[in-house]
Amino acid sequence: MTALLVALGAAVGAPLRYLAGRAFPGPRGTLLVNVVGSLLLGFLVGLPADGAVLAGLGTGFCGALTTYSTFSLDTLELVEKGARGKALLNVGVSLALGLTAAQAGLLLAALAG
Amino acid sequence: MPRLLGAVACGGVLGALARYGLGVVLPHGPWTILVVNVSGCFLIGVLAAATEAPVPRAFLGTGFLGGYTTFSTYVVDLQRFLADGRPAVALLYLFGTLLPALAAVFAGTALTRRVRR
Repeated sequence: MTALLVALGAAVGAPLRYLAGRAFPGPRGTLLVNVVGSLLLGFLVGLPADGAVLAGLGTGFCGALTTYSTFSLDTLELVEKGARGKALLNVGVSLALGLTAAQAGLLLAALAG
Repeated sequence: MPRLLGAVACGGVLGALARYGLGVVLPHGPWTILVVNVSGCFLIGVLAAATEAPVPRAFLGTGFLGGYTTFSTYVVDLQRFLADGRPAVALLYLFGTLLPALAAVFAGTALTRRVRR
C-alpha cells in the first residue's frame, strides 16, 4: 500500500519537473522544482503528516519533483563550459534557497498546526 | 512531447520506488539518501556521456534518476540536524553529499567518454 502511494506521488512529481524544465531550461528549472519541493516537504514533516500522506506526497511527490542528479549534472555542465562562477552560484543558491524553503515549510506547519 | 512525458512519468515511478525500496532494505534515513544521491549522480553522468537520444534520456535520466535522487529530503534532513543542535553533523552531511555527488557525476561522464572513445 505504501509503495503504491509512493508510485502515485512520483507519477505526478516527475512529469511536473519535466514540464518545469521545459518552461525554464537549464539550472533555473531545476532550482525551481528543488525549492518548491523542499518547501512542501518541510511543511509535511512539520505538521507532522501521517504515514500515508508522507509516503504519497513526501517520498513520492516531493522526492520525484526534486532531484539531486540533475542539480549535479547542471553544475558539472557549467564547469565544463568554463562558467565556474555560475557553477558555484548554482550550488550556493540551490542550498541557501532549499534550506530556507524547508525552514519556511516547517514554520508554516507550526502556524497551521 | 506526450511520449516523453509518459517516459518521464514511468521512469520517475520506478526511480522513486527504488529509493523507497532501498530505505526499506537499508536503514531508513539520511545516510541511505546519501548513497541514493551519490549513486544517482554517477549514473546520470554515465547517461549524459552515453547518449543524446531523447527517449532514453527522458526515461532513464529525467525519469528514473530524477525520481531516484532527491533534493527535498536532503535539505529537510539537513534542517533536522541543525534543529537537533548537531551543526557538525549537518556540515558533514552537507559536504559529505555535495562533494561526492559532484565527483560522481564527473567520474561517470569521464569514464563513459573514455570507454566510448
